[in-house]
Amino acid sequence: MALDLAYTPAQQRFRSEVRDWLAAHVPQAPLATLESEAGFAQHREWERTLAMGNYGMITWPAEYGGRGANLIDWLIFEEEYYRARAPLRVNQNGIFLLGPTLMEFGTAAQKARYLPKMAAGEEIWAQAWSEPQAGSDLAALRATAVRDGDSYVLRGHKIWSSRAAFADWAFGIFRTDPASERHRGLTFMLVPLRHPGVRVRGIRQIHGEPGFAEIFFEDARVPLDHRLGDEGQGWHIAMATAGFERGLMLRSPARFQVAAQRLIDLWRSHGAEADPALLGRVAQGWMDAQAYALNTYRTASRLMAGGSIGVEASLNKIFWSELDLDLHRTAMSLLGARAELVSAGAPGPADDWLEGFLFSLAGPIYAGTNEIQRNVIAERLLELPRA
Amino acid sequence: MDFTFTEEQTMMAAALRELATDLCTPAVLRQRFEGAEGGAEERWQRLAELGLFGVLAPLAAGGMGLTDADFVLLAEEAGRAALPEPFAEQAAVALPVLARCGADREVADLLPRLASGTARIAVAHPRNPLVNVPPSPTHWLLCSQGRLALATADGVQAVERSSVDAGRRIVEVSAAGEAGRALAQGTRADALGAEVLARGAIYAAAQCLGLTARMLDIASSYVRERNQFGRPVGSYQAVKHHLASVAVKLEFARPVVYAAATCAAGTDPGSLAAASHAKLAATDAAELAARTAIQVHGAMGYSWELDLHFYMKRAWALSGAWGDRSFHARRMQRLLLEGALPLGPDHTFAFSA
Repeated sequence: MALDLAYTPAQQRFRSEVRDWLAAHVPQAPLATLESEAGFAQHREWERTLAMGNYGMITWPAEYGGRGANLIDWLIFEEEYYRARAPLRVNQNGIFLLGPTLMEFGTAAQKARYLPKMAAGEEIWAQAWSEPQAGSDLAALRATAVRDGDSYVLRGHKIWSSRAAFADWAFGIFRTDPASERHRGLTFMLVPLRHPGVRVRGIRQIHGEPGFAEIFFEDARVPLDHRLGDEGQGWHIAMATAGFERGLMLRSPARFQVAAQRLIDLWRSHGAEADPALLGRVAQGWMDAQAYALNTYRTASRLMAGGSIGVEASLNKIFWSELDLDLHRTAMSLLGARAELVSAGAPGPADDWLEGFLFSLAGPIYAGTNEIQRNVIAERLLELPRA
Repeated sequence: MDFTFTEEQTMMAAALRELATDLCTPAVLRQRFEGAEGGAEERWQRLAELGLFGVLAPLAAGGMGLTDADFVLLAEEAGRAALPEPFAEQAAVALPVLARCGADREVADLLPRLASGTARIAVAHPRNPLVNVPPSPTHWLLCSQGRLALATADGVQAVERSSVDAGRRIVEVSAAGEAGRALAQGTRADALGAEVLARGAIYAAAQCLGLTARMLDIASSYVRERNQFGRPVGSYQAVKHHLASVAVKLEFARPVVYAAATCAAGTDPGSLAAASHAKLAATDAAELAARTAIQVHGAMGYSWELDLHFYMKRAWALSGAWGDRSFHARRMQRLLLEGALPLGPDHTFAFSA
């Protein structure tokens, strides 16, 4: 019977197993922000703890450090994870984006080399897509990887690389054919960040911490096996990675369901004096988080039945990023005169909303701006002509 | 846990789409809008021949004995075609609720006739004051506070009203609380009345999904063809972004409506929230689709000649039917604040599936 929206007994057992483990292991005090060096180290340590519980990346095969769980189990895990207010996943670029990409395009040796260390939190990954002249127009990128004997020599400048300030590795696309243009002649590379010829400089984000970085490649030499897929296949692989990012994994519904629940609590404490219209926005926030959760189960079911994610990834990305913004803008309105306050020391509830609000402003920009996503939807789903 | 539809479910919906392609064309809707009957009788017969009135009826009443998960795509197709007749109201609102009163002799006799389409029922509820009546109705299901009643067509005082959506035939019932014979009273009647309302809201929502998809199709086709400044207007980002926003709304309204259908009979807070959410999400999508579709058509969108307005008007009409925005939004707010609805990421499916 399809459209069967009840959990099986095994799924319920898995939920309580995850809940118990998290209750015993999630740090009592919140970790420092992962955009700081100290916080990054704490989050790295937490990844190791997760891996010891075999929760590093449950959907991966056991040989790569997973437990072969299906996508419904994954959603259950995420629900419990956010319910327990467990720390952010510092390695999300690795486990959610590069991991699935490696699974699809990597050689057996590459999978064995990178995936277990990713799942174990031993190697943290950054992404290196954008360049100063190649943002939304990624195909305008200029960084090169020129083959020289048994290595590639990397030259160029990547920027807005999330996590790169403190990460160990980065992935991105480089031009292996210097005469090539646009989407052709690009190759997907895996690059160590602490490596001769690689220079990383943190960029302070709107909140003041170096959440992303620029990376300078000055004749950095890497072996041939740091190439993922074939030469010239880079654009194709990068688009698959971007699909994973916008599609199912990057933004769990549970994250927004928790925020929506907190927003209802905020209304309970601040609603008496608030603009009554804000209650409509509080309720809309809950409904949209719920819609996002339901749609994610729908997508997971479709994938488990052999389907794939195409343009849905763009629909998805617009929805979660605008939802996140709405939830936090509503919270800031409810907090009113005190919304701007940053307290020193341990973050308070208002700080959480402020930090979340600042972060939510990035949502419609990263992973491909929402303007680009709307173009993609118009052209691929609605079959409107290109400009 | 499986959020996909089976092949049987999508095939049944495809059969209704085929029927609509023959018998519920824009040309037919235009006849309705000009006051003609527009093939209503033939459509009803064809729906009956396909057995679609009996999808939710018990096998013993000659029905298919299926579930709301099997029906929801049919209602979506009815919306896509702007089907004028109250197909969902008979098959998925009145019939399953009457089936709970099957101990009553008259109801037991009526169920097979409703399932086969030979009996035709209109449904009145305080939250649905303007009733879409079937062609040549034979019965009424009347909900009022503390009373659920069955009446024959001639036993109810109904006044014809004119709607902006001239596709449907609308009446307003007076003194619904006294007409007919009571099947249930008191809290039992109220529980059945609540199910009538939930079903009405969910299947109006499902129709709004279909209407949204239809309007998006019409608008997308138009902007692909219409040229200004030497190129199709659909190649401009301003136009693309409008239509893409409709596609986003539709994508995220769908699972809400589908989930609500699985708990259409539920009376727990989660099921009530699901029904209200479905109605709000789908009517929001349909209203945005209507607003956007008319805009991207330019002056043409404002004309009687274009078919678009048949679908826009149905969307507006359904948005007020079976609990309007204010009713469902306030009910949702109350449920979220009262504490009886479990919140949080482990309660996505907090309704009685």
